[in-house]
Amino acid sequence: MSKYSAFSLARHALDPDLPWPRAWRSPEPKASYDVVIVGGGGHGLATAHYLAKNHGITNVAILERSYIGSGNVGRNTTIIRSNYQMGANTGFFEHSLKLWEGLSHDLNFNCMVSQRGQVVVAVSPVQMDVFARRGNIMRLNGIDAELLDRGEVMKLLPYLDYSKDARWPVCGAIHQPRAGTARHDAVAWGYARSADMAGVDIIENCEVTGFAIENGKVTGVETSRGRINAGKVAIAVAGHTSHVAKMAGLRLPVESHILQAFVTEPLKPIVHHVVSWGAELFYLSQSDKGGLVFGGHIDGFNTYTQRGQFAKIRDVAECAVSLMPFTSRVRLLRHWGGIQDMTPDGSPFICKTPVKNLYLNGGWCYQGFKATPASGWTYAHTIANDEPHALNRDFSLDRFEKGNELDEFGIGNWTYKQ
Amino acid sequence: MTFRRLPSGGRIDRNRPVGFTLDGKRYRGFAGDTLASALLANDVTLVGRSFKYHRPRGIMSAGVEEPNALFTLHDGARTEANMPGTIVDLIDGLTARTQNAWPSVELDVMGINQLAAPLFQSGFYYKTFMGPTKGAWMFYEPFIRRAAGLGAATEAADPDRYETRFDFCDVLVIGSGAAGLAAALSAAGGGGRVLLVEQDSALGGGLLSEPEQDGWLQARLGEIRNASNIQALTHTTAIGLYDDNMVVLVERHDHRQPDPAKGQARQVLTMLQAKAIVFATGAIERPLVFANNDRPGVMLASAVRTYLNRFGVAPTGRAVIATNNDTAYAAAFDLAAQGVEVIVADSRTEIPADLQRRNSIEILAGTSVVDVKGKNTLHAVLDGAEQRTITCDVVGMSGGWSPVVHLTSHGGIKPVYNAAIAGFVPGGFAKTHSGAGAVMGTFGLNAAIREGAAAGGGSIAIAAAGGEDRPYAIVPTWMPPRRKGKAFVDFQNDVTAKDIKNAHQEGYHSVEHLKRYTTLGMGTDQGKTSNIIALAEMAELRGLPIEQAGTTTFRPPYTGVSLGAIAGRTIGGHFRPTRRSPLHDWHAANGGVFIEAGLWQRAWYYRWAGDTPESAYVKEMGLVRRGVGISDVSTLGKIDVQGPDAAEFLNRVYVNGFAKLPVGKARYGVMLNDDGIVLDDGTTTRISETQFYMTTTTAQAGEVMSWLEFLLQTQWTDLKVQVASLTDEWAGMAISGPKARAALELAFPGVDVSDAKLPYMGCLDFSFDGVPIRLLRLSFSGELAYEVHLSADYAISLWEHFLKTGASLGLKPYGLEALASLRIEKGHVAGLELDHRNTLDDLGLGKMAGKEKDYVGKALRQRPMYQAPERWSLVGLELLEPEKRLRGGAILFAKDDKIEGHGRGYITSVTWSVELGKTIALALYNGGLKHVGEEIVCAFPLKNELTRAKIVSPHFIDPEGKRLHA
Amino acid sequence: MRLACPHCGPRDYSEFRYGGDASKQRPPHGTTGHGTGDLQTWHDFVFLFDNPKGPHLEYWQHVLGCRRWFTLTRNTATNEVGEPK
Ligand SMILES: Cc1cc2nc3c(=O)[nH]c(=O)nc-3n(C[C@H](O)[C@H](O)[C@H](O)COP(=O)(O)OP(=O)(O)OC[C@H]3O[C@@H](n4cnc5c(N)ncnc54)[C@H](O)[C@@H]3O)c2cc1C
Ligand SMILES: [Zn+2]
Repeated sequence: MSKYSAFSLARHALDPDLPWPRAWRSPEPKASYDVVIVGGGGHGLATAHYLAKNHGITNVAILERSYIGSGNVGRNTTIIRSNYQMGANTGFFEHSLKLWEGLSHDLNFNCMVSQRGQVVVAVSPVQMDVFARRGNIMRLNGIDAELLDRGEVMKLLPYLDYSKDARWPVCGAIHQPRAGTARHDAVAWGYARSADMAGVDIIENCEVTGFAIENGKVTGVETSRGRINAGKVAIAVAGHTSHVAKMAGLRLPVESHILQAFVTEPLKPIVHHVVSWGAELFYLSQSDKGGLVFGGHIDGFNTYTQRGQFAKIRDVAECAVSLMPFTSRVRLLRHWGGIQDMTPDGSPFICKTPVKNLYLNGGWCYQGFKATPASGWTYAHTIANDEPHALNRDFSLDRFEKGNELDEFGIGNWTYKQ
Repeated sequence: MTFRRLPSGGRIDRNRPVGFTLDGKRYRGFAGDTLASALLANDVTLVGRSFKYHRPRGIMSAGVEEPNALFTLHDGARTEANMPGTIVDLIDGLTARTQNAWPSVELDVMGINQLAAPLFQSGFYYKTFMGPTKGAWMFYEPFIRRAAGLGAATEAADPDRYETRFDFCDVLVIGSGAAGLAAALSAAGGGGRVLLVEQDSALGGGLLSEPEQDGWLQARLGEIRNASNIQALTHTTAIGLYDDNMVVLVERHDHRQPDPAKGQARQVLTMLQAKAIVFATGAIERPLVFANNDRPGVMLASAVRTYLNRFGVAPTGRAVIATNNDTAYAAAFDLAAQGVEVIVADSRTEIPADLQRRNSIEILAGTSVVDVKGKNTLHAVLDGAEQRTITCDVVGMSGGWSPVVHLTSHGGIKPVYNAAIAGFVPGGFAKTHSGAGAVMGTFGLNAAIREGAAAGGGSIAIAAAGGEDRPYAIVPTWMPPRRKGKAFVDFQNDVTAKDIKNAHQEGYHSVEHLKRYTTLGMGTDQGKTSNIIALAEMAELRGLPIEQAGTTTFRPPYTGVSLGAIAGRTIGGHFRPTRRSPLHDWHAANGGVFIEAGLWQRAWYYRWAGDTPESAYVKEMGLVRRGVGISDVSTLGKIDVQGPDAAEFLNRVYVNGFAKLPVGKARYGVMLNDDGIVLDDGTTTRISETQFYMTTTTAQAGEVMSWLEFLLQTQWTDLKVQVASLTDEWAGMAISGPKARAALELAFPGVDVSDAKLPYMGCLDFSFDGVPIRLLRLSFSGELAYEVHLSADYAISLWEHFLKTGASLGLKPYGLEALASLRIEKGHVAGLELDHRNTLDDLGLGKMAGKEKDYVGKALRQRPMYQAPERWSLVGLELLEPEKRLRGGAILFAKDDKIEGHGRGYITSVTWSVELGKTIALALYNGGLKHVGEEIVCAFPLKNELTRAKIVSPHFIDPEGKRLHA
Repeated sequence: MRLACPHCGPRDYSEFRYGGDASKQRPPHGTTGHGTGDLQTWHDFVFLFDNPKGPHLEYWQHVLGCRRWFTLTRNTATNEVGEPK
């Protein structure tokens, strides 16, 4: 076990043959665990970290069908923010942002949490009112937010299209200074390393293929590496939520959709914020390496292929060039897709299920990356206590029966429109 | 190292000299040069600094795989960063700058990073910059960011023009090497339309660097030119393969210096639908990994040959060729033929006899280049069977070849490792796909031609090339010899073999972990020369055969593509369609000021009433409340509903009854979604027993239309109903105000518009001056009001007719702002209240719903929390502190509440009430009208405002509806 | 991806509007005539999805063409599209 620090780096620099320890072990699965977490994405790994840290539960395995971080945690556009206005969302995502603020320290792994601020550009006076409502709620919940007028936006983002040619005018913006980005892979690795150090077994290339359920209670999982018994089983498989839950006999308010992401060639710093647009769903930031990282709306029909449609790629490029005309000459280097679990109201589940000792974390739609710390934190609480935390009480499966939807953006109950 | 232009030879046009500058210094080349070849010809060999260590770098390749020789081209708004000089056609006046170095590539200050290099191991960022305090990264990040990034972009808008298009063909051939040419000719013999695309500036692929096969090449190019069904495009890259055989092509025209003012596009993107695709994408040579393999002057062996044969640029004295396979010998022989002294260090102990037979070169078997020293002169350090240090001008290296399997992988078929060629080849093909030549691992020329001909359908014979194919042999070497000094795998991202070892030690074993941890393959060259080496090294470290270590994913695009090319002309003002009312031109010509409302441009206010919206709308409101105004409502959705079951259909989609609506009567209706949330509202008029005229809100017109079509076509197929949108065909105008009837009488003399004939919610269809008019007595403002609907063609005529005939009444136009404010006074809900979160009851419309009948959304609107008494529902607010403001988006609290949390509701819309002489608002409030009369607090912390207001009925004016019925 | 409109033939998917899972049976009209109807049936119809990895029967509308709604089966694991109905 070795702590990462400037000192340890220097030691390794002086002695290049001194091997760094493994970031996490590669153990054989044991026959039984207190808690088995299905899915080694951000949420699964974070859950293990907080189970150990907050609840002292360490006889835990994370089963990942591929390599950890192979899913959306390593495919997203890395935006973190807490500008939520609907009920439970506000407190939950702010809790997450607070955890982000201390995460690198907590994990002794630099997750490059960069609070460079998010600016959401409004394109009409009516939209300014809609943004104001959100900003006011944030402020009333102790979250930072400020309203910018057109002139202030021009100062912060001089490269937007302010010309008469612009299809929609820049009317102003809402700004959350504490929002920003984090290095996505580092989040997965940092949580993995920390959980591993606490004794959690991270088992890669181990696909869960079934659940052992006796008298309505889960007792273990079937995997590509054999049966593993478990006191409790926690699902955190993002885009594969329905697929895995189906093995336990559950039918969910979830559909799997592809969201695409894009990165350009590395450039010297030019975009200093996370910039989003009120005209269409579009968001862009510049990574520390210099590439512009951006994305838009889901392709709009459910699929498990990670191949996006070109028509959507055009949509997103049109947004980029229309909002920021300089990007026209910037070259796209890579684009890819991730499979997201979309819910009718766009909000997630962190809850118990009708099967005893089986827990569900999913339905993250666009927002699971920023949720990672709070999701792990509250999921660990829910698993440890067999009861949700106040922060995730409303993220339940029965909210549609009750009529307690959390439609943050007022889109309506459609998975493919959210 | 020294290079020179040979007096003759190559494919450059020596009659066309071209001038260009690098870092302000003038140089000359020839047409047919690339920027890279012209620089080499001028003996400019130090052209950049590396990403992390700022090591001096030269030109490594002659193609798209170039990791080092990146330049910033052009100036001002046309600045373009990170362009590989190896793919830039030299044009007269080209300006190029080196990057990532200050003050110059020779004297780069950041070169001191090399001293700190031991610190910058892979994963270094993850292990530090965490202290001393929690947010420390925010302190370090700006420095890191400034140091990272390659070239600088401009903030200015791109002045150039781009086009996108769709196209179709029978056979697409990607790549114009020998295999591709054969495939295209063979496919054309089948009679279909063939498209042959080549990213390079000329057709021929590898043959462009093989003078001895020029006869064959010219003959085939002639045939291609003569084939009427082959279209061959150079400068055109197939950037990606998408579902159902869509290949995206990008054609670059920079070499023609297109003029946007003449409508000439800089790049053209084609979405090509191909019935069949032949991948003849060739292979890319890999470097060898040894200490200091990144020194300027160390190049790919094939690049040395290309510069020699295609561009007539040669090293002056001595060359060392380092190889583990046969192909590098071609470069060796060609250099020797030009009088260059050549020593081949071949790591294999057994070298095919036919290569050894020629005595123009010196061959050292079982010998590797293990290090290269020197700055201006290179000293190649050889080890193995022979140990010496050779001073030379260039080291040409060949670590084998990687087939270009990128595009075939985009379709989802994983490449597989072929040990015989030490490279990955396509792991199979979809039904309509095939491959030919080097991409398949076929390196013999005639074999590639045969394979190409077969892939193209084999309908005609393709002539064989001269000479005989010789077998290809390689003994792969992946790991560097153990030596001090950095041995690079990914040159652009400064990833060394040591970094891969570190990643392995730390457990980042999977190929993806390796790439992400070390940043390998993440540069502008997308790892074209490095990915396979890294994968093989990791396999070796893990003790696995390469085929078990996994493959890498190849994400599109194949090479970087300007966002401008993808966006085409759908940008700026053309970003999304602009919808204009048929009255638009009138508004524009008569003082109307527009506002963007969704896709629509709407008349916001008119100059007759004031110069700012704030002053104008109040005056326009007054006009409607006291006289008469006319407003353009053409943007409303208008749907014609016809059929014997039309009444039954409407009765199902609206919450309220439509079955018994009398002919000639209109009714206000509300539709829900299946989940019980309000979808839309509007009025629908019964024209006849079997015909209805529906209007929807502007915003939801498209949604409602699709929804009605869905229900009729897929769910209730037994209903005999047709729907047709009239939104664009018809115009609408509202005539509102106490004098509205008088205005109609003046406008339509002889038409009886009396209250008896046309009562509130009545409809009158008549013909005026030969034009069918639909006159509806509806009111959004709460005044006596009418809507006139008619064919869009006559909209302006009728509008002007109203203004003329109504002049004596003071009739004037009013805009969207006044319209929206009048409805607030009346308490009508609109877009801000219909925000997809509200139920019928939330909007105070619960009583409308039919009790007995079924309608869409009926079941789910009864879910427990939708019926909860504390739901936020519609109220009116009156400002109690006149010196302050009410604002949309303010959060509401009861008088004694603590001002925090989510409050009890929020303000949706605010206006100055002309009628009441005060500021009023609509809001949603916990418990709604139960609280009428209570004083509340409106919090707007974004402006530090707390404002007192009183809850009132949302129907601020004429609650009994006397004016409507006047 | 290309979809075949039963009326217009194969077209790029960008001309179409997606309409979701077509295997779900909409509760017949009239069953909620009085009272609340069967809340559970409606809940399951509106909110629950099989979301299969494999063949998926679904609605599409040729919204930028003839406006015909139709169903087809698409394999969600490959995006391979079947014949329209
Ligand atoms: C393109 C894109 C951009 C995004 N951008 C943002 C953003 O900017 N901000 C933001 O907040 N969110 C963003 N998101 C959403 C966010 O990435 C996800 O919501 C979040 O990562 C999901 O949680 P996770 O990390 O646990 O998921 P994943 O990383 O997907 O983890 C799930 C894991 O489960 C594994 N698994 C699946 N089935 C099995 C099985 N049977 N057995 C074992 N293991 C299994 C998978 O292999 C995977 O590793 C984006 C998503 C995408 C796709
Ligand atoms: Zn059609």
